[in-house]
Amino acid sequence: MPHPIRVLVAKPGLDGHDRGAKVIARALRDAGMEVIYTGLRQSPEMIVNAALQEDVQVIGLSILSGAHNAIVPRVLELLREKDMADVRVIVGGIVPDQDAEALKRQGVAAVFQPGASLDAVVSFIRQSVGEQSTG
Amino acid sequence: MKAAERQFTTISGVPIEPLYGPEAIAGIDLARELPPPGEFPYTRGIHRDMYRGKLWTMRQFSGFATPEETNRRYLYLLAQGQTGLSVAFDLPTLMGYDADHPLSEGEVGKCGAAISSLEDMEILFRGIPLGDVTVSMTINSPAAVLWAMYLVVAEQQGVDWQRLSGTLQNDILKEYIAQKEYIFPPRPSMRLVTDTIEFGARHTPRFNPISISGYHIREAGSTAVQELAFTLRDGMEYVDWALERGLAIDDFAPRLSFFFNAHSDFFEEIAKYRAARKIWARAMRDRYGAHSERSMKLRFHAQTAGCSLTWQQPYNNVVRTALQAMAAVLGGAQSLHTNSLDEAYALPGEHAVTLALRTQQVLACESGVTHTPDPLGGSYFLEKLTLDTEAAANDYIHRIDRMGGMVAAVEAGFPQTEIAAASYRYQCEVESGERTIVGVNRFQSDGQPIELLQIDETSARHQRQKLAALRARRDNGQVRKTLDALARAAEGTENTMPRLLDAVRAYATLGEICDSLRAVFGTYQETAHV
Repeated sequence: MPHPIRVLVAKPGLDGHDRGAKVIARALRDAGMEVIYTGLRQSPEMIVNAALQEDVQVIGLSILSGAHNAIVPRVLELLREKDMADVRVIVGGIVPDQDAEALKRQGVAAVFQPGASLDAVVSFIRQSVGEQSTG
Repeated sequence: MKAAERQFTTISGVPIEPLYGPEAIAGIDLARELPPPGEFPYTRGIHRDMYRGKLWTMRQFSGFATPEETNRRYLYLLAQGQTGLSVAFDLPTLMGYDADHPLSEGEVGKCGAAISSLEDMEILFRGIPLGDVTVSMTINSPAAVLWAMYLVVAEQQGVDWQRLSGTLQNDILKEYIAQKEYIFPPRPSMRLVTDTIEFGARHTPRFNPISISGYHIREAGSTAVQELAFTLRDGMEYVDWALERGLAIDDFAPRLSFFFNAHSDFFEEIAKYRAARKIWARAMRDRYGAHSERSMKLRFHAQTAGCSLTWQQPYNNVVRTALQAMAAVLGGAQSLHTNSLDEAYALPGEHAVTLALRTQQVLACESGVTHTPDPLGGSYFLEKLTLDTEAAANDYIHRIDRMGGMVAAVEAGFPQTEIAAASYRYQCEVESGERTIVGVNRFQSDGQPIELLQIDETSARHQRQKLAALRARRDNGQVRKTLDALARAAEGTENTMPRLLDAVRAYATLGEICDSLRAVFGTYQETAHV
């Protein structure tokens, strides 16, 4: 039996609006994944350390405050420094189209904007991690 | 699905019968439950003539980037006929950090105005007479500090505090429950709130020191009943603490104000506001022995539901907002914020916020719903829904009483877990298509681009430069002295407000003041409940 996919759901920055992060964490768990939720106000360093310790394949960052351009590149940089560039980073939240494109060019696997379905997030993670382990 | 098989429910899952007639309210004591407007328990509104006498206050929540830019927006909104101000602060301010703190990186001015010192507050209200314009401030954990800044600006303008009218949100319990912008642990936070209520009762008789808020509870995904019950039970917790402090109920209860969400289920929302007034009036009279009618009258601000706004087909949001606003008006709101169509993307741009204000003006001046109080009163459906909502909320309130009150319930994670379960249930209904969101899971079409407000990093640089200049200019010995005095007050039991005012007058920054309090009170980390 294959091991379940392991996902770290993280809430960086000062914002406390965690409805989305919690709903996503539950949905991924219901889809059979192992989910670690960091709780609020995690720095990029704390997030990457948690990802390392928990040996996750995916990091999901929930950001609604508009601080994504400051936070996400820092997480990607730390992952590269720690030789963890194979960990997929996905971002969910209020991210304008042009910022979403820029984040993807920097290495984010996907950006899910408001209204994205839970099913789309689950399918993307399965496909993305599946490709990685067979490729 | 055949109609016979389909379950009809409110958005919160309350079942709805095929038809409501006289039997729905048979056996109800109408004189007790449904007296005329202005009479206890105020089911039909707190005033006899409602909007015939005075319209609600049109108060758009607003703030972005620097205090200079937000000040310009305020002057614009007032020129457009807005009748009150409502300040949105950025995340560093909400969390008690200065704009130059490392944790403020990337967040300065993004979600509201950046206010780090009295100087910023002076700029925010430049040219705005605080004796005439009422101001609401959405600030919670460091509310006492921002209020002290506001009081000092009023003093500088020569406005007597006795005349000052406005509202401080200052509702820390709902932060632990829902919005999660807390700094200190619950008990010292409650002490600060009680300090402001006590100070207000003595020095600012026309200012609401707290706005007990269900809005954020609903936005976090609660049902309407949970929003109602948790909010009112929070209110009772503040009352308990103020009584414990030695205040008399009728000396502070008239200035407790409320803030509710206006969500999409039209009748459920109206029932919620009516039930809120009934429960509060009875709690004030019977649980707390209030004598003044002003203590028993629940006054509330409403804001349309931000969480109902969609990214897809954003112009649909104008229609959603108009319907939600109408529910708030039919429910008897005293003041109202209507969301802008672009708020699923960003803070509102000027065109969008103007349209949102016009929506209220159309409701007030063209729709005719203001001509008679509680025009839906007597509707079989609405009356039954009001009674059911009241009963369901009372069940929750009694459960929390049995847990030892709201602080204990929060510490046990009870409301947090209830809300998380409700929000997941709601999302699964959207996901399965059981619940329709127009433009999202039905009637989809291609995107319509809209113009958005952009806030770049120049605001953060400007704020940091101002702070550096301030720290170099002020009397740093005096700052130290006032901060030390504040810390000693916080360690003891005296009211912290006079010490906060001294620190603010010395131009101690928000971050410095909160650091002094952090050193005494400690900080709070929640156990995450998923």
